[in-house]
Formats: sequence, structure tokens, C-alpha cells
Amino acid sequence: MGLLKDVVKPILGGMTLTARRAANLGKNIVTIQYPDEMREQYQRSRWRHYLTRYDSGLERCIGCSLCAGACPARCIYVEAAENTDTERYSPGERYAVRYEINMIRCIFCGYCQDACPTGAIVLRKDFELANYKREQFIYTKEMLLEKYPGQNLEPYRSKVTGVEAPIYTG
Amino acid sequence: MPKRIESLVLHDSSTPTFGDIEKGGSVVITSLETLFDQARAHSIWPLTFGLACCAIEMMSTVAARFDLARFGSEAFRATPRQGDVMIIAGRLSKKMAPVLRQIYDQMPEPKWVISMGACASSGGVYNNYAIVQGADQVVPVDVYVPGCPPSPDALIYGIMKLQEKIKRKEAKTFKDLRLIEVSARTQEEVRA
Repeated sequence: MGLLKDVVKPILGGMTLTARRAANLGKNIVTIQYPDEMREQYQRSRWRHYLTRYDSGLERCIGCSLCAGACPARCIYVEAAENTDTERYSPGERYAVRYEINMIRCIFCGYCQDACPTGAIVLRKDFELANYKREQFIYTKEMLLEKYPGQNLEPYRSKVTGVEAPIYTG
Repeated sequence: MPKRIESLVLHDSSTPTFGDIEKGGSVVITSLETLFDQARAHSIWPLTFGLACCAIEMMSTVAARFDLARFGSEAFRATPRQGDVMIIAGRLSKKMAPVLRQIYDQMPEPKWVISMGACASSGGVYNNYAIVQGADQVVPVDVYVPGCPPSPDALIYGIMKLQEKIKRKEAKTFKDLRLIEVSARTQEEVRA
């Protein structure tokens, strides 16, 4: 019987697959509703830079330019100045008076983080960096420096919805 | 015949603001344009322009886990005639630059460009003779997405920024407006 074999059976076969999918509706969803729900970030994922502070509030950066030397894209500019007793920014002799990163040229390799002798520059999880103009991507020291000690260790919150990004653990 | 590239001279290359050029306007047309902008913002079809490893992330943006279809951009077009936004994904070599410009010229207005990744935006580590140091030397770029490569959610964030820009009526790519703005700016530069 050609009708049963060629017409009805394939339709039933297809509908069985649809029914099986419909029965599983709501389970096994792989899509991440990104602005409302954040993907878990890996522990060592590297995005936006932070210049960290000691617990005393002093800056860690001593303006040695080792990060600029290690940078393969040459996107870091450091200008150092001497600390004085009245104006003290970092515990060492010098501090970075200017610290600029061209975020559009940076490739987020983390070599600056490895090269830093004081652990001043770290790469954290803020991946929402897209913007409209080239000038907006020159991140100055004011933008990179954390406002208070330990700010860089806080979990990242989305700029759009404020949802916290969980850290992937195992 | 190749067209003259105005934005090659000026480094600030994003598309002009409609309000900057012409203040005021018709009320009816303005309301209609708001409606059109909503429609444009929520159905920006990308033009496939994968040039390097960023294209892998661009493909995974469309795949099930990140699902660009939630933003109305799932239909990647291989022809410039049906694309709204060109995602330049990867390093743009100097040999590829005329091709990119030609495909950009073939896209219908209104059109937008997302420069994805460090190489397309600025050259990245490839500061050498072969790579264009920033795709905005060839085409006007609306949104830059940093990263090497940007993760799919970073690219989605860039697309959301572009949607905001379209809704704010700042991405009107009328060729006349651009020419007016460019000529005004070049006159200022000549005077300076």
C-alpha cells in the first residue's frame, strides 16, 4: 500500500519528533537570555583592566612601565612622577601620574598583569566595553583606578540590567 | 568607477547626527520616523563579513546558546543588498579594503557598521604594512567592540548599543547629510 507507506508514515514520524520536543518544552534550554541573565564567567577570564589599591588606600602602581614594555600591542602609556612626603600616592618612590590604555587596541592577553611587580594592574570580568567613538576607548587613570580598595574583586554586574555575573566553579 | 572615500581624511568617521544638521522638522514625519526607527532597530540583518577568528565568535553569537534572533538579527545575509549592518569581524588587510568598501557601497541605506575586535577597530597587534589600522579608515564605523576576540555577549552588547543609537535617531545614514557634514568639517580644517 503506497499511501500508508509513502504519506502517512513519514508524517507520523515527523509529528512524533515534534511531540517529543513539545513534551520536553521548558527543559534543557541552552539559550542564555543575556541582558536579563548573565553567563557564568570563568575564573581567569580577562577583560577590562583595573588599577588596584592597597588596603590603606595607596595606589599599587609605581609607574615602572613594565606593563607597557610587556604589551604586545603597545597600547599602554605610563608617565611616572616622584612621590613627595606631602603628596603621596604610592608607597614607593614614584607613582603613575598618567596611565592610559587604548582599550580598542588591547588584546586582553594579560601580559601586563603578569609583568606587574606590585600586582597593580589586573584584568577583570567587565566585558561590556562597546562604544561609539574612538576617543571613548582611551581609558585614563581616573577610569582605571578603583574607587576604594577591593572594588575590583566584586562580582561584575551588567551595565544594562544590573544582573550579577556568576563565577564558573567546576 | 571607485567612489571617493570622504572619511579617509577625517578620522572621526561615525555616521552624522540628524539633529545636528537640521534642527526642527515636520511633526508628522518625525513621528513616522520614530516608528521606522523602532522597526529598523529591532530587525537589523547583519551582512556576513567574517575576515578572521572573530568570525567564529560571530557565528557562535547566532547559534543557540546566545541566539542573536532574540534581537531580530538572526538572518545573516551573504548579499549586501539585504544587509542592514555590516559586522567587520577580523583583521582587515589592505588588499581586502577595496572589497570591503565596495560591499559597503552596495548596501542599501540606511546602513550601519560594527567593527568587531581589536584588529578591525585599530589594527590590534598587527601594526605592520599589511593591515589597515582601523576599518574606519575605509568605511564609517558606528559601534566599536573591543576584545580579542569579543565574546558573543560582548558582541550582543555592541548590537544593543547600535539599537540604542538607531532609536536615538543618531544613525541616519543619508548620504547627503554625510556630505554636508564632511564638507563643513573640511572647510573648518582648511581654515585652521
